[in-house]
Amino acid sequence: MVEGQIPIQEYQTGNTKHTWNIEKLLSAHKKLSEHSYTKGIVEKGYANRTLYVNLTTGEIKEKNVSEDMKHLFTGGRGFGLKLLWDSIKPTTRWNSEENELIITTGPLCGITQYPGSGKSLCLTVSPSTNIICDSNVGGFFGPYLKFAGFDALEIQGKAKKDVVIVIDGETGTVSIESAPLEETNSHLLSEQLTHIYASEDSDVSRQKVSIVSAGTGAEHSYWGCMNFSFYDIRRKVPRLKQAGRGGLGTVLRDKHVKAIVVKVETIDGVSNHPVDPDTLAMVGTKIHREIRDLDRFQCNMRSVGTAHLAEIMDAYDLLPTENYRFGSFPKAPRIYSPEFYKLFTKIIPDGCWHGCTMACAKTVDGYTVMTGPYKGQKVTVDGPEYETVGCGSNMSLWDPLWILEFNFYCDTYGIDTISAGTAIAYYMEMYEYGILNKERCDGLELCFGNGEAVLELLHRIAKGDTGEFIQTAAKGIRRVKDWLKKKNWGEPYLIEECGMESKGLEYSEYVTKESLAMQGGYGLTLKGPQHDEAWLIFMDMVNNQIPTFQDKAEALHYFPMWRTWFGLNGLCKLPWNDIEPENNAETDEPAKVPEHVQNYVDLFTAVTGVKVDKNELINQSERCYNWQRATNVWLGRGTRKDDWIPYRSMGPVTPLEYGSRMQRYDDQLVEKLGLKKEEVEKMSIEERIKELYRYRQDQYQKLADAVYYRRGWTPNGIPTPQKMKSLGFTDKKMLSMLQKKIDEDEKNGLNKWCGTYRGKEKPPSDIPRYWEKW
Amino acid sequence: MQETNTVKILRFHPEKCIGCLSCEKACSKVHFKTEEGGENSAIHIIKKNETFEMNVCDQRGLCLDMCPVGALARNKKGIVILDVKRCIGCQACVAFCPINAMRKSSKRIEPFKCISCGACVRACPEGALELVETPIKDIRKVVYHKQGA
Repeated sequence: MVEGQIPIQEYQTGNTKHTWNIEKLLSAHKKLSEHSYTKGIVEKGYANRTLYVNLTTGEIKEKNVSEDMKHLFTGGRGFGLKLLWDSIKPTTRWNSEENELIITTGPLCGITQYPGSGKSLCLTVSPSTNIICDSNVGGFFGPYLKFAGFDALEIQGKAKKDVVIVIDGETGTVSIESAPLEETNSHLLSEQLTHIYASEDSDVSRQKVSIVSAGTGAEHSYWGCMNFSFYDIRRKVPRLKQAGRGGLGTVLRDKHVKAIVVKVETIDGVSNHPVDPDTLAMVGTKIHREIRDLDRFQCNMRSVGTAHLAEIMDAYDLLPTENYRFGSFPKAPRIYSPEFYKLFTKIIPDGCWHGCTMACAKTVDGYTVMTGPYKGQKVTVDGPEYETVGCGSNMSLWDPLWILEFNFYCDTYGIDTISAGTAIAYYMEMYEYGILNKERCDGLELCFGNGEAVLELLHRIAKGDTGEFIQTAAKGIRRVKDWLKKKNWGEPYLIEECGMESKGLEYSEYVTKESLAMQGGYGLTLKGPQHDEAWLIFMDMVNNQIPTFQDKAEALHYFPMWRTWFGLNGLCKLPWNDIEPENNAETDEPAKVPEHVQNYVDLFTAVTGVKVDKNELINQSERCYNWQRATNVWLGRGTRKDDWIPYRSMGPVTPLEYGSRMQRYDDQLVEKLGLKKEEVEKMSIEERIKELYRYRQDQYQKLADAVYYRRGWTPNGIPTPQKMKSLGFTDKKMLSMLQKKIDEDEKNGLNKWCGTYRGKEKPPSDIPRYWEKW
Repeated sequence: MQETNTVKILRFHPEKCIGCLSCEKACSKVHFKTEEGGENSAIHIIKKNETFEMNVCDQRGLCLDMCPVGALARNKKGIVILDVKRCIGCQACVAFCPINAMRKSSKRIEPFKCISCGACVRACPEGALELVETPIKDIRKVVYHKQGA
């Protein structure tokens, strides 16, 4: 459909229509607990209280947000970190009673004038990593949670049976209700609940409801994502955005939460009560116009969303193909963005929050499902985004329809496409080597390119299949590695180095072999290998702007801090650098997009009234970033060994990979390792792989040395009490825990640099326990 | 909602205009109960060299496809109307209007626009403005959506 100006009430998607017996569904609900609260107003971006729900005891209470909390933790993910620190223990694991699932907002969350201002930040102790995982997501829930009265929602304990938590901003009540009859899978459940809880039978009312849910796949895997709904008044379906990474949906279902519902009474352009709405409108209009005039020449976000990256990644040898063995592939043009553009619905606004003119949330409407329980139905598929397309190439699925099918079922089952796609790609490679086979895979022919087998795996996971492979596979790469080694089915080197996980979390979809800085961007991270901390491939590999370890360390300080800032405020990162001012390339630091950084400075002040500059934004992030790393230490991780990355992300693991880029690697052996060309020619491929392996592993350790030093940590990656104090923290429990860990490391000889420094090369500091001198 | 194929749009006769801005004052009275004109008026008369130019919405409706909450629609007479109660003040319509005819006043977050009410026509002492019935298909514009430049 490319015809514009269709009146909203006449808009058709061609989807299969459902009619629900709302009364029957609702009559089966039983209120288990209820709490009335005084509706407040949001002031300068803050509701100034958070909501605590305990599913075991039924307790529902409000907690005040102090000025001190706002100063130290800003909001959003920062609030989540603070609330978790106060509630969990060092022994807390994902399914512990006291583990919390937290959804937060942030002071800028919910402004409508600037694109990408409706993000929720979700945190929990992850089943994949056993440390805190944070995940950001669009949809209406976060802004509505705040406008209903709360800066954050904290869910502790576990319900005995499936419940929905209802936050009704219209009446000022929070309730826990049993919900036995509703569907579990998200595309249907969010539709049912939207109709149940909308105050009136109208699209306007339905747009004031948002649902958080996860499907049956989240119940039976560690890949559970949470789906956040945003009702589309044109398509007349609640669409879905995912808090994908780290198994948040798994925790939601483990707590027997079927869904969380939030409803607002009203919403307008100043629901945040900003101190200076004129500046918001002015700065917002400026960037909306940049998008209007420049997007079509830059990223084409408005027409194809992030899917535009497929062709760029393929061109630069960065598109992960066949489990990251290759960075490009002859069949890749079949899944370039123009192929999806043909399928996407056009013209109507596609922001996942009001006013986002970047509008990257594309859909395929009226898609006919090919497999599984919804076979034959016509549905709206949200996406695919680049990452999901990258999963397609990683699994060697070169048909856009199979990628859509994978996308649809992952979403409705509540499975993270990234974790599932990356993991299945690894299983496929193991299948190719005979380490796995049809029998070992419970009858699945999991070879590269087999879309039917991929979907069958998802369906069986969602059904709770008890096959040994299905059960293990659904826990992700780390558990499968251990399983394969235990079974003694293959060479441990292959099993360990080919599987793209770090800290237990699967990689997102970029090949990092030729960018050391990006290897750090994935490995030297808080939650695991996700590109939301830093994306340095072009700076490092293509433009060679950060040649030294010190330069790379500076980038791995600045960018993770900068990108963290979006999460503290409830913002999306995309409008920062997926649209750039026309003159950006002529500025001092184009990679930072200085004009847009200034926009954020202006926005923060315009909402909160707190005068800040660009350095203060970094300070805000640094506090939370270090707090999260310290919490990882507290939970027993967060050290150098936890920042390990598989060699597949550093270089060629197999002769096939080496051979596919032979010239490149041979040249490096000469240019970087100082071998003679004739020497290299005499070496076998295996020997060349080994030489390169040694060199690249050492490079990574040197990078870690430089980065830890720049971040104010010990050589074992521990944030020092001195650093924490300089950031303004006085929490004694935190400071003494860190000191104790550093003392233990000292005893165990871990406070030493791990790179090999020869000749003129020097480690970041010669002074033992350098942090004590700060 | 729309029941007509034509819509009234403003036509300007610069040769008759004396630049008194009575139209702007009348317009701001309609929208904000003030005679300040200027940023509070949907019609702008701009002096250019020896003559005048008018900037005002021509009811092309490109903004209809920009509104995330359905606050913009053509009414029965084909006029593009902003429902202020539904509007969430995002400024998407303001910024994407190719002729900058969707306005933002500092008086409120929600924008405003020409509603072809004729107040300016009646206010003009020189008869420089008139409302002209125009086929919608001749003026209709759709927001840019194609992939690539």
